[in-house]
Amino acid sequence: MKKYTYTEKKDTRSGFGAGLHEAGKKNENVVALCADLVGSLKMDAFIKDFPERFTQVGIAEANMIGIAAGMTIGGKIPFTGTFANFSTGRVYDQIRQSVAYSNKNVKICASHAGLTLGEDGATHQILEDIGLMKMLPGMVVINPCDYNQTKAATIAIAEYEGPVYLRFGRPVIPVFTDPDQKFEIGKAWMVNEGTDVTIIATGHMVWKAIEAGEKLAELGIDAEIINIHTIKPLDDEAILKSVKKTGCVVTCEEHNKFGGLGESVARLLTTELPTPQEFVATNDTFGESGTPDQLMSKYGLDAVNIVEAVQKVIGRKK
Amino acid sequence: MKHTIKELEDIASQIRRDIVRMVHGCQSGHPGASLGCTDFFTALYFEVMNYKTDFTMEGAGEDLFFLSNGHISPVWYSTLAHAGFFDKSELATFRKLDSRLQGHPTTHEHLPGIRIASGSLGQGLSVAIGAALAKRLNGDKSIIFALLGDGELQEGQNWEAAMFAPFNKVDHLIASVDYNGQQIDGPTSKVLALDDLQAKFEAFGWHVINTDGNDMQAIVEGLHYAKTLTGKGKPILNLMSTQMGAGVDYMMGTHKWHGTAPNDEQLAAALAQLPETLGDY
Repeated sequence: MKKYTYTEKKDTRSGFGAGLHEAGKKNENVVALCADLVGSLKMDAFIKDFPERFTQVGIAEANMIGIAAGMTIGGKIPFTGTFANFSTGRVYDQIRQSVAYSNKNVKICASHAGLTLGEDGATHQILEDIGLMKMLPGMVVINPCDYNQTKAATIAIAEYEGPVYLRFGRPVIPVFTDPDQKFEIGKAWMVNEGTDVTIIATGHMVWKAIEAGEKLAELGIDAEIINIHTIKPLDDEAILKSVKKTGCVVTCEEHNKFGGLGESVARLLTTELPTPQEFVATNDTFGESGTPDQLMSKYGLDAVNIVEAVQKVIGRKK
Repeated sequence: MKHTIKELEDIASQIRRDIVRMVHGCQSGHPGASLGCTDFFTALYFEVMNYKTDFTMEGAGEDLFFLSNGHISPVWYSTLAHAGFFDKSELATFRKLDSRLQGHPTTHEHLPGIRIASGSLGQGLSVAIGAALAKRLNGDKSIIFALLGDGELQEGQNWEAAMFAPFNKVDHLIASVDYNGQQIDGPTSKVLALDDLQAKFEAFGWHVINTDGNDMQAIVEGLHYAKTLTGKGKPILNLMSTQMGAGVDYMMGTHKWHGTAPNDEQLAAALAQLPETLGDY
């Protein structure tokens, strides 16, 4: 198992804030909009340097999506910012018609996704957003795994023409990816090469997959770990290549197992290479109040759950 | 004036013929409010707006128009064709398979003149505001026009947008409301009353003007006057009274022709009232 270390912990939303600031410096057409959550979305640096390119919309997410769609017509590259719940479910039809169907170059940037939002509870902890967004034709869906990857992804989507959903979160987690990485949309990252099982993880679950990989190594199981940061378009080639070698797969996501990354992988494998698969994901449930760690543990999203899923799926191999 | 009022009325007559023929041709679509807004579209595209028919999405240096109540697509399509955005023969494909003239307007099939999809109601004003903000950032003083249905003002997003525009001094925006008092389930006064729209928009900080949307002289003058109000710190709302079905006697004054196509006999009766002025498609 390749050794991953970290010297600091940061939140992925801060990676977004840094990436937005950087993208703003690179391209004067990058503009930002926010629905009364500037601090939570870490937009301060962008607003300080580019005040005329920032629009405070107030608590009016539908209007924000519509305004962003309209701004693309004048050549702008709008980044909208609010919590993941209000970025997707609340404005689904606005995104569907004014952004996706109209193929507008809007970047829907969603913080506080999943259970790790914590104490605010289930009203704010969306676990359905990946499914909602990936079903929209033409929508790119990205869920990066740490500060550095989120920053790189934010810069990359500014250079991509078309609608994007960028999902990130609130908790501070290890920073373990390369600060100078080149983020390639739709290209999986090989975290660790192995032979016994393929662990496919996205977002906050990538670090947990690394922790699980270390535990599995102690048990004599050689896990291949792949980071799928881009859930759509999915890197079919990387997944098929790995699964051909290992013969079984565990998918890991901070999202409902209905409609998430796991289902995208299952769709691919069912049609191309039927393979035993286990899902580490929430099981058709809402969340609740608690600390992020407590919630990840209670809802089965810890390294120990990945280890158990790996042991189970290896037992299902023919 | 680029045209005389008589010339504009002749154009409107042809557009009305197109509307009833298009809706008849596919036996679906929304003739009522399309006919009601024909004079507005004619005035806008043949007298008021500055635009190029060599279409670009951005429309730099051009006035832009956004239709929020997308179901009145027949009037927009016919107007665009006669204005020169595409050949009028394409009107025959309205709502048919493989057409660029979808039931509701869309950019998906790349029809020149259309900049965003509409149909699901209540979204157009936000988009128009966004387009206006982008023009402001680009130093482009052109005007953004939008048309909203009156019934669709029941959608909450309109009021988010209505609150945003004055606060942010979006003052190169002229939004018109097709105030025909009808919606699918009956008169707006019975379904969910709009009451005093002028007072409501003024309370939000808009400069409101009133026009008769079925009097060509009045609508041309009203829109020209609205243009003189731009750049003064407030968005402009043109509260435009219209008759659903205007120009076809049996379709007027009722919501029944909101989304119903005429049969052969009804088509003939409608066309008899609408002189062919520019040649049918």
